[in-house]
Amino acid sequence: MSDRTSEKAWNHRSADTAERMASAARFIGPGKVVKADDTVALLEAVIRAGDRVNIEGNNQKQADFLAESLNKVDKSKIHDLHMVQSAVPLPVHLDLFENGIAKKLDFAFGGPQAGRVAQFIREGKLQLGAIHTYLELFGRYFLDLTPKVSLICAYKADRQGNLYTGFNTEDTPTIVEATKFRQGIVIAQVNEIVDTLPRVDIPADWIDAVIESPKPFFLEPLFTRDPALVTDSQILLGMLCLKGIYGEYGVQRINHGIGFLTSAIELLLPTYGEELGLKGKTCSHMILNPHPTMIPAIESGWVDTIHCFGGELGMEEYVRARPDVFFTGPDGSLRSNRAFAQTAGHYALDMFIGGTLQIDKFGNSSTATASRVAGFGGAPNMGCDAKGRRHSTDSWLKCGQEQPTLNRVLGDMPRGKRLVVQGVETFGEGRAPVFVDKLDAWELAENAGLDLPPVMIYGDDLTHVVTEEGIAYLNRCADIEARMAAIRAVAGYTEIGLAAKPEETRALRDAGIVKTPEDLGVDRDRARRDLLAAKSVRDLVTWSGGLYNPPARFRNW
Amino acid sequence: MSLNTLTFSVKGDAGAALKAPVHHGVVGSGDMEVLMEPKAQDGAVSVSIVTPVAGFDDLWKRVLQTFVSQSGLSDAHLDINDNNATPAVVLLRLRQAMTEAQAN
Repeated sequence: MSDRTSEKAWNHRSADTAERMASAARFIGPGKVVKADDTVALLEAVIRAGDRVNIEGNNQKQADFLAESLNKVDKSKIHDLHMVQSAVPLPVHLDLFENGIAKKLDFAFGGPQAGRVAQFIREGKLQLGAIHTYLELFGRYFLDLTPKVSLICAYKADRQGNLYTGFNTEDTPTIVEATKFRQGIVIAQVNEIVDTLPRVDIPADWIDAVIESPKPFFLEPLFTRDPALVTDSQILLGMLCLKGIYGEYGVQRINHGIGFLTSAIELLLPTYGEELGLKGKTCSHMILNPHPTMIPAIESGWVDTIHCFGGELGMEEYVRARPDVFFTGPDGSLRSNRAFAQTAGHYALDMFIGGTLQIDKFGNSSTATASRVAGFGGAPNMGCDAKGRRHSTDSWLKCGQEQPTLNRVLGDMPRGKRLVVQGVETFGEGRAPVFVDKLDAWELAENAGLDLPPVMIYGDDLTHVVTEEGIAYLNRCADIEARMAAIRAVAGYTEIGLAAKPEETRALRDAGIVKTPEDLGVDRDRARRDLLAAKSVRDLVTWSGGLYNPPARFRNW
Repeated sequence: MSLNTLTFSVKGDAGAALKAPVHHGVVGSGDMEVLMEPKAQDGAVSVSIVTPVAGFDDLWKRVLQTFVSQSGLSDAHLDINDNNATPAVVLLRLRQAMTEAQAN
């Protein structure tokens, strides 16, 4: 018996890692510290051609020094890497493919590099695995896409190699856990090495090497919306949402997208929301980055809990001073965590509300354009009905019970439904119609050789569409014909909207499936900027008692 | 930026005539201003639009037609200076201007 088990080795992975680490040993000093000048040599020692590699590319913080170093390795030795990472927003992420170091990509979000992703696929420089949502990709880290080597990013390390990821923890715990516990190699770039960390976010024995980066990592303030740029028509849409959806369903647990409509809603809560008597009845629990435009609502006592995917530049001290609302560590600073925020976003929310570039006549929506492979990050996790959900809330149950055809698939069994709301003006930038016959995503699928047109929110998950014409309550529609008619009724002067028949729209309004601002009792004349609780970034600073410290580009005083 | 001028006339309802001229809005990005003046012309509402965007003549006509029939405005001339306002913004500004005119 014992002879038979000893015939086969079961430690190929750890033996391979040990061999790589042995060849890298001469670069690694006490405290696992590697000199920045040795980084390229270190990567050449621990990475092999064809490896699956993760460069921590979050929505916000970026392991930019390690990415640049990987781009400098000897490509006769290291090539055909399979990159698995959340986002590829930096030029260097795509340079790896241009230079022949990387070959295949599995990711969730392309951001500013979306055009190059599409181009490289066409030119055969990049083999696309799949475009995922964050949770899907994280799931695959623990199944069939586990990285062999991960290049991660932290604010600080101590002399033992413990890491502080603090405010921008984001993806780090997920990447490190998947890599290290599958006998992989984890290399961290940090802004500084110190004697004592504010707190330990990643323990030292999960880390193989630490490099003090020559410059602090890149961080983008993605979620700051200047109240001065909120328009009257966004305010009108916000008023419709608050009265016709937030109030109508009493939705407590919400994720807001990152567009200006949801900023407008955040800034209307202490004014119009309060006037409607909604305080305490809606918006008490949020999955949200620390949006500066939430400050007035938080200060006015609307919010019980906010859990964050990542951080937001300038909000550090404000969050530290509001630990009753945010998740903070023993040191007082925010602990964001994308995997947990996405999990809550998928299973525990009652509503997702956001915008999009295009909605087709059936209600499918996408931000994809014909020449950019951008992906949707986390939006689809929240912009869908989580089929595994088994707990009930009033708003979830009401939204589900309003579906006239639930009994056709479930018999007499009650079931709820997540509210998935798209709020859009019927025409977007450059008077491009938002409502279209066919999504540009179809053309992208053809151009980039994708199996599926990239859809952000599928029509059967979409429950409400809000435009300047009013609200379409799609969950109250009996069939696809009724849904299409309800979409036409709020599609304004787009070609889709012009196909609406007045008598059909009248019938939908009588049935409560379509409600105009007048039906809802929303006064269009009040849709003006003086209704906003803060009208400028400076107002937000004032609301925060000076705790919010906006990045320079948002300071215009 | 070259500007296009679009002029047309919409049949009014002989309903609400203006008592005095009213000005509303600013020509910020994505916005517009309108000057509404009383003008006796058998109920008609004449419109003159200065806009940087060409190719949306039909859209402008439809939006103005909707506004005139919903508001009942008649015997008036509208001067619009546009900077890429969407139909939603156009209708919002026109309705707000009408409210101001009626309050005067």
